[in-house]
Amino acid sequence: MSQIPLLSILIFLPIIGILFMLLIRNNSDQSSNNLKLTALWISFINFIISLYLLFSFNQNDPDFQFVEQYFWIENGITYHLGVDGISVLFVVLTTMLVPLCILASYENIKFSIKEYLISFLALETFMIGVFCSLDLVLFYLFFEGGLIPMFLIIGIWGGERRVYSTFKFFLYTLAGSVFMLLAIIYIFIQTGTTDVETLLNYNFTRNEQIILWLAFFASFMVKIPMWPFHTWLPDAHVEAPTAGSVILAGVLLKMAGYGFIRFSIGFFPEASELFAPFIFALSVIAIIVTSLIALVQEDMKKLIAYSSVAHMGFVTLGIFTFTVQGIEGGIIQMISHGIVSAALFLCVGVVYDRLHTRDISRYGGLVNKMPIYAFSFMIFILASLGLPGTSGFVGEFLVLLSIFSINTYFAVFATTGVVLAATYSLWLYRRIIFGALIKDELSEMVDLTRREILIFAPLLILTILIGIFPKPVIDIIEPSTKKIVSQIENKLK
Amino acid sequence: MENFLYLLPEVFLFVVATILLILGLFIKNIRLINNLAIISLLIGLILIINQPYQSIFDNSYVIDEFSTVFKSMILIGSIASLMMFISSKEDLHIDFYEFPILIIFATLGMMVMVSSNDLLSMFIGLELQSLSLYVLAALNRNSLLSSEAGIKYFILGALSSGLLLFGISYIYGFSGNTNFNLIAVNYDTESLGLLLGIVFVSAGLAFKISAVPFHMWTPDVYQGAPTPITGFFALAPKVAAMGLLVRFLLNSFGEIYLDWQQIIFFISIASMAFAAFAAIAQKNIKRLMAYSSIGHIGFALIGVACVSSEGLRSLVIYLMIYLIMNIAAFSFILSLKRNDAYFENISDMSGMYKNHPFSTILIALMMFSLAGIPPLAGFFGKFYIFVAAIESNMTFLAVIGIIASVISAFYYLRIVKIIYFDEPKDEFDGFSIRSLNILFYTSSFLIIAFFIYPAPVISVAEYAVRSFF
Repeated sequence: MSQIPLLSILIFLPIIGILFMLLIRNNSDQSSNNLKLTALWISFINFIISLYLLFSFNQNDPDFQFVEQYFWIENGITYHLGVDGISVLFVVLTTMLVPLCILASYENIKFSIKEYLISFLALETFMIGVFCSLDLVLFYLFFEGGLIPMFLIIGIWGGERRVYSTFKFFLYTLAGSVFMLLAIIYIFIQTGTTDVETLLNYNFTRNEQIILWLAFFASFMVKIPMWPFHTWLPDAHVEAPTAGSVILAGVLLKMAGYGFIRFSIGFFPEASELFAPFIFALSVIAIIVTSLIALVQEDMKKLIAYSSVAHMGFVTLGIFTFTVQGIEGGIIQMISHGIVSAALFLCVGVVYDRLHTRDISRYGGLVNKMPIYAFSFMIFILASLGLPGTSGFVGEFLVLLSIFSINTYFAVFATTGVVLAATYSLWLYRRIIFGALIKDELSEMVDLTRREILIFAPLLILTILIGIFPKPVIDIIEPSTKKIVSQIENKLK
Repeated sequence: MENFLYLLPEVFLFVVATILLILGLFIKNIRLINNLAIISLLIGLILIINQPYQSIFDNSYVIDEFSTVFKSMILIGSIASLMMFISSKEDLHIDFYEFPILIIFATLGMMVMVSSNDLLSMFIGLELQSLSLYVLAALNRNSLLSSEAGIKYFILGALSSGLLLFGISYIYGFSGNTNFNLIAVNYDTESLGLLLGIVFVSAGLAFKISAVPFHMWTPDVYQGAPTPITGFFALAPKVAAMGLLVRFLLNSFGEIYLDWQQIIFFISIASMAFAAFAAIAQKNIKRLMAYSSIGHIGFALIGVACVSSEGLRSLVIYLMIYLIMNIAAFSFILSLKRNDAYFENISDMSGMYKNHPFSTILIALMMFSLAGIPPLAGFFGKFYIFVAAIESNMTFLAVIGIIASVISAFYYLRIVKIIYFDEPKDEFDGFSIRSLNILFYTSSFLIIAFFIYPAPVISVAEYAVRSFF
């Protein structure tokens, strides 16, 4: 393999972009345009690099690739990066969404555009770092570091109740994560290393596993989020600016799902097996309860936020089946949700930019004025409810298949979630798009601009592509998933 | 006589301070005297680093790895506060040439404190430091708050010195020695009087590091004293008293650590928990920093409570990072100036980022660092403290610590909220003074860039620990 430190470049290119942007004064339209272009180009170049990463990724190798390891803090805590089939797709998802977010913020961020873009690029660094790091301390650093830019993004450019939401978001996540920090320290003292590759082959005793698993769970449960600790998510989504919601739903939630796969079941298989029914129960409750809550929402963003919680319920269901199908299903569900929910939030952003309300009842009959918008919104709604032929179907189907083989009851209850998803999604769509255009204020609505079409096009193509032909995606995920499952089976014997 | 050769830095600083005192009578140029003081402290720093290790005066004064590292930290703190002084002396009405001289004397006292290995030299160092600090706190004679701070600090400080002396007399009475190492050899483990002595001396020292329940003076003195002096209080004396506490406890009572561990254990928990809640309601930034420093001292004390090399290492790392963060914080507080008047109300900072976007980013990051959010320096301080706590089977202390750090994140975030989310007020003319900017930008850079290469700090800490373990 080439010796170029590809992952480090991916992680630190946005930081270099920030340094550039600090040099640009923000005092005129011209200069704020320059800032936007710089940020856009930096994130786009990062996307190209990540595509190069994806294409030079060896699909048949289940191990970590593009590995970099340098001395960092002390023996046992190193700067160790690498990607395998599970994480490489998340890296690409992140680098893809960030330029789209910057593009989506081109016009609706009215002030302090420089700080906004800097926060976004810093967030990109942290998000890519989470998926690449193979050292627990490094992982924690990136995992928690992402809170700082997100706190600012919601708090400065958010809606009316932004301060409440951003504090809730920050303190919830921090309170969950500090227990993971203690667990990481315990692991470090017990084993003398925080290297993920080494730890995957280490056997913790049963009691250790239970306590450590719970500590990691506390962090990921809040972040993913699982019922009953999901309440920060709707608040954060509602108040965040459009691009903030996109990143929150598209990538930040996936960090926790990734953490479950890599750490919870990888390090602590016995404890995971022990707690699996507990997770199933929480997931099923989350799927049904949050779907029901989503039904009665009057706010579009809230509705999609609750649907996110339900979708993440499928992810945790799949992961804790410990089957190749289930974990693959969980990963594909996450990728698909990363694309689809991001797109849905962008859809909300489009009408919000025009009418400045997210109230569903203020809309109706938009198809008359915005046919292209209606079409793309439909595709994403259908993908969100898991219609065959869209990316949402593949993940949900694999998850339900695997959970069916483990426990029929959970499968039955989880499947009702699919029906409920159809209900609230289609009802949302009907209320916004269909019907006669009777409300006066809607008569001025214009269809998607070229910039907006440019944002939606890649998401639309990917949604349908993964739905019809998921094989390339599964090919990437499969070897690493198989390796994880066989490792778990070996440890459980 | 040759003992004095080993005392070169101390003697040098003493001579310089005396010369400056005389010089000050004839030259009215305070800036010159201040610069001379800074230069001589820098020379002192070099002398300290090159000081040969030796224990002198019948082993009552020790120069070793530990004292060298602590003295360096103290001198850096003193230099920082002299730089803060020169930028603000006219506006704060502390235009006295005695300021740099008193700082040097206090520094000298602190150097004696961290090197002393004997109850008597310890007391001498402590008093030299305290007397200089009492005067400094009341330096602004015309301000009621400053005078009140000085009196309050003096009375409570005298009380704590009394407690300390009382404890010293008990220890001397029951062990027959004043030398730390000889106390360790001669004590009677069953003796209740000795325990009483440890309690009283620890209480006296806990007052100096402002640990709960001996913290009452801190918020008032922090608020009342002129800001450069508050900065000095937050930086050097805490480090010195902590070093003294460690040497006193480990050298003389290292064998019976189970007896005093629970004292440290308690004041550590009390400080962390109390500060986390008390700081939430503060409206004045200096009072807030007072509670913040109480909380930080609580965290640092976890490192002492561990009684292990990891514990001590984490203490040193924590203090170094604490020093850097406080230099940043106080140089920022001194920049809060509107229409040539300083303001200290937190709410007056609202919307600062509109006018000072770049500096505000750094301040926000500094607050996140104080709250211990990765990847900033503050996180690593806490990380090592928790490593030490869990390694010594004190998981309980670590759990209390993380809960306290989550609660205290709230009040640091409140400042970020005010400077970023609230509506902007009038522009203020901060960040225009060179000496402050040097301090602010250097320390901010260190806070942000620490994670890239933390190894040097950790190896310095490991080096300091060698004196004990």
